Amino acid sequence: MGFSGFRVIKEALTGHKGWGPLWRDPAPRAQYDIVIVGGGGHGLATAYFLAKLYGRHRVAVLEKGWLGGGNIGRNTTIIRSNYLLPGNQPFYELSMQHWERQEQDLNFNSMVSQRGIINLIHSDAQRDSFRRRGNSMMLTGAGARLLDRDELRQMVPFLNYDNARFPIKGGLMQTRAGTARHDGVAWGYARAADQMGVDIIQNCEVTGFRIEGGQVRGVETSRGYIGAGKVGVAVAGSSGRVMAMAGLRLPIESHVLQAFVTEGLKPVIPGVITFGAGHFYISQSDKGGLVFGGDIDGYNSYAQRGNLPVIEDVAEGGMALMPMIGRARLLRSWGGLMDMSMDGSPIIDRTPVEGLYFNGGWCYGGFKATPASGHVFAHLLATDTPHDTATAFRLDRFARGHLIDERGAGAQPNLH
Amino acid sequence: MLIPHPLLGLRDAQEFTYLGDAALLNRPDPAAGEAGFADYVYLRDNPAGVHRELWFHEQGDRSWLVVTRNTLTHEILGAELARDVKLGGTA
Ligand SMILES: Cc1cc2nc3c(=O)[nH]c(=O)nc-3n(C[C@H](O)[C@H](O)[C@H](O)COP(=O)(O)OP(=O)(O)OC[C@H]3O[C@@H](n4cnc5c(N)ncnc54)[C@H](O)[C@@H]3O)c2cc1C
Repeated sequence: MGFSGFRVIKEALTGHKGWGPLWRDPAPRAQYDIVIVGGGGHGLATAYFLAKLYGRHRVAVLEKGWLGGGNIGRNTTIIRSNYLLPGNQPFYELSMQHWERQEQDLNFNSMVSQRGIINLIHSDAQRDSFRRRGNSMMLTGAGARLLDRDELRQMVPFLNYDNARFPIKGGLMQTRAGTARHDGVAWGYARAADQMGVDIIQNCEVTGFRIEGGQVRGVETSRGYIGAGKVGVAVAGSSGRVMAMAGLRLPIESHVLQAFVTEGLKPVIPGVITFGAGHFYISQSDKGGLVFGGDIDGYNSYAQRGNLPVIEDVAEGGMALMPMIGRARLLRSWGGLMDMSMDGSPIIDRTPVEGLYFNGGWCYGGFKATPASGHVFAHLLATDTPHDTATAFRLDRFARGHLIDERGAGAQPNLH
Repeated sequence: MLIPHPLLGLRDAQEFTYLGDAALLNRPDPAAGEAGFADYVYLRDNPAGVHRELWFHEQGDRSWLVVTRNTLTHEILGAELARDVKLGGTA
């Protein structure tokens, strides 16, 4: 059943008795054309686009926990397409365009809010590099604005402009960037995919792959064996663990990233502000909480929680940037598993096992990529050729020396 | 996290910088060729559970340690001088 303003009013007047579950809870079938492992944003979006754009309906998404329990429900919800390199930027811009029509496409309120993102500038050299990035963004139609100090001051007067170490000299802004309701994105894709016949199977952990003569035949799960023509893995932070079951080692380490939210406050932060030099970024949720974060903890982890030194570091970054934050009370902090790839860019590719496809290496930036990742992974699964915007995301690029060193930091696997 | 430094006793992990899997001690022979080095530089076991890893005591005695730690719980199970591990050939 569709959502509409009319229906919301009708339900409000009749005690909200007419709402039903948003998707079925089917038992797994014996065989599917395509099985997606991982019911996070990327797995669900992949299933949606397989059905929607490529006419594949005998598809299942297998999720070991519940929908929204992974990073899709743990991130700080920032969406943007302000990348630099040709291998990346068109892909993220495709994603941004999907975000802009997501709610109409899915008939679901993902609360996409294009409130803009500002990356702060502290030096002349940084302004030059941001101008270059802005030009690259404009080439893909993403749009960019270089703000001088006065313009910035009008928009966000509360920053500490005269910080001795990192005085603020301006910013690079993408006005189309913003935030979206993270778990709403998972629910919206799940509902839309389910309506097109995709089976979404929760509490179903993949425990192994059945591979015969180099070809994948299906997956072993906690709910029995499920046969599959093709298997697409999109398990984000669990990539290393899951692909090891197919005998593959990846250019990926799993790390922990933490995030924080304060009590609800009146509107104060207009958009997203990033203070790269101080490892700090912040936005304000629709409920009023200040949502912020910083760097990864920096050691391999599958614990989904971090340690105190980074909490201290993030708090210091916040105080350096906007001292008024010291008055806000922190409500919660949490952590998620980051699939850190060796060049900081994702991998969406076939694997040496025939019929087994891999999507991962999202680092701390995979939420914004959700729609495009689903789109191009579905394209790859359906057609066996990479989507035009994803030709650089190859698994073998490390061995071939074709890294996508977005940070301009060179081929340095330890710098993500 | 507290790291039991073999010479200095329990030290706060904040004094250290992290490098990664202790397998990095086993630099391949030049004869391993490009494929061998690509493996060494980029690929990781990335286990969920016990992990042997390199930590550098940057703000301490500047020694390299091989720390054994559980990546699921962050429990630290032991630490040795990387030099001893390398010379003992057990990395
Ligand atoms: C604190 C934090 C802040 C972030 N902030 C941002 C941000 O502002 N902007 C941005 O773009 N990105 C951000 N990210 C990154 C983003 O959240 C992730 O890159 C993205 O969500 C990963 O894709 P996903 O949604 O598919 O992952 P997940 O939701 O983690 O999905 C993977 C799923 O696979 C399942 N799974 C694992 N193993 C198995 C198995 N064996 N069998 C079956 N299922 C399995 C897991 O249970 C999980 O549900 C942030 C991440 C964190 C942790």
